[in-house]
Amino acid sequence: MSGDVGLPISHRQRLWLYALGGLVLLFLIAPSIIIVIMSFSDSTLLQFPPQQWSLRWYQSYFQSLEWRDATIVSVKVAIMTTFVATPLGTAAAYAINRGTLRLNGTINALLTASLIVPVILIGIGTFFLYARIGLNNTLTGLVIAHTVQALPLVVLTVLSGLRSYDMNQERVARSLGAGRVAAFWQVTMPQIRFSIVSGALFAFITSFDEVVVSLFISGGETTTLTRRMFNALRDQIDPTIAAISTCLIVLSVVLLSVAQMFGRRH
Amino acid sequence: MSVHPTLPRDTGRAGQDLNTQALRADARRESLRLLALLSPSLFLVFAIIIVPIGWLFWLSLFDEAGALSAANYARFFEQASYIKTFVTTFRVAFIVTGACVLLGYPLAYMLSQLPRRAASICLIFVILPFWTSVLVRTYAWLVILQRKGLINSWLIDLGVISEPLPLANNLSGVVIGMTHILLPFLVLPLYASMKTIDTDCLRAGMNLGAGPVATFRQIFFPLSLPGLASGVVIVFVLCLGFFVTPALMGGGKVIMWAMRMEQTTSLYSNWGAGAALGVVLLVVTLALLGLFQWLLGARATGVWSSR
Repeated sequence: MSGDVGLPISHRQRLWLYALGGLVLLFLIAPSIIIVIMSFSDSTLLQFPPQQWSLRWYQSYFQSLEWRDATIVSVKVAIMTTFVATPLGTAAAYAINRGTLRLNGTINALLTASLIVPVILIGIGTFFLYARIGLNNTLTGLVIAHTVQALPLVVLTVLSGLRSYDMNQERVARSLGAGRVAAFWQVTMPQIRFSIVSGALFAFITSFDEVVVSLFISGGETTTLTRRMFNALRDQIDPTIAAISTCLIVLSVVLLSVAQMFGRRH
Repeated sequence: MSVHPTLPRDTGRAGQDLNTQALRADARRESLRLLALLSPSLFLVFAIIIVPIGWLFWLSLFDEAGALSAANYARFFEQASYIKTFVTTFRVAFIVTGACVLLGYPLAYMLSQLPRRAASICLIFVILPFWTSVLVRTYAWLVILQRKGLINSWLIDLGVISEPLPLANNLSGVVIGMTHILLPFLVLPLYASMKTIDTDCLRAGMNLGAGPVATFRQIFFPLSLPGLASGVVIVFVLCLGFFVTPALMGGGKVIMWAMRMEQTTSLYSNWGAGAALGVVLLVVTLALLGLFQWLLGARATGVWSSR
């Protein structure tokens, strides 16, 4: 790929386009950068650029028992969600990829429903259901609800990996005497493992960043980080949140880079 | 017998029947196995999404006295506050979608014209916010836009204004925040569809004497419309049900659909009314997506796989 589209239009003629596109990119990325910089400010006032630097907001984050508990809850839930959603999503993607089931379209629509159904409706519905079966304010309840949110992303990611994999290889393995599980584990799995890892990362970040459903079904000892942040933002603007936000941004950057790295190797 | 055997040509009729039966049984077993793989996921989706929504729908059919009635739905046409909520929601949705098109189209166009390496670097700036928590980004905009926020203090320091501009805690704050959050949902499918436009078509147009503007207007733009449509539909639909940003940046003045649902159920514990709001929201969402799919034959959910 030479890189150029090859139209007889010079880059100079396109300067206005690059300027406009650059501005929009700036609009997209600037808020995150501003927050990262402000989190190192020494002042309780919102000043940019900060006059003096300090780590006091990180201290106040890590020393606050409430924030720490909420973070631990979120990490626990995200890890458990990843471990539930990834195998379930991979199994579902495998089955959909075979494409032999009559209701494939419906199944696909059902599994991706949580991307389409307004999340507020899922939140209220889940709260209502959990109130009857006693799952509100429990880790189990959170993990189940987040798994449903994360499933479509795992399914879509693994499915795109399976689409570029020739299923006949598994057939060959089975005709040579491998069992179903062995054929999948030894032949298919190594070739789609990058998609599975990406799917798992997306599941983790989906659960960790989930706000609306957690707002309804978490509370008390299982208050998630996002729920606590939401409530804190409703009251006042506490610069501690800038430090927490920076941690969340760093987490996103790290997970996304890992996912991209795996994607490229794939 | 899981590997599909091929039928030998010279088997007799009886043998063929036997084989057909065996194959059918095999296919049935295979379907059952696949269903078994799907069942945990389907069960969860069923339990967490389908059952509660069905339940809420059932609730919405009864009034507060417990009698079957359409009171929960009639309210939408009768009470001014509900009408105002719908008007606000659609107004915000139209403005945000419009803003996303105005900002997103040039960006996607630029990305599609850049050399691959530069485009993939720029794409990171689109995808990263996509994967940053909505809360973090809303907080950032609160910091930037509020009364004593960055923009106001800069403008006052520069002497442009003497009184802080009301940027947050009102409609403009909600619109800016939501535009920022939803922009990637428009850019990603649009960019993906622009990449599939055959440059030979453009080159042919220019060969035949069309200038850059005419080439863009008559060839590129029409070919990019399906991608634009899918972005517009997904942004609009997400706007209708958006909760976090209006709740935090609306200052209690911009009551959108999802906030109304939360208030009705959490604050007033009126499950019937809240459920009815949810049912209508779901119907509108599905109708818009269905209409789009029917018109263009494409699924709007593609955006999540075009990351």
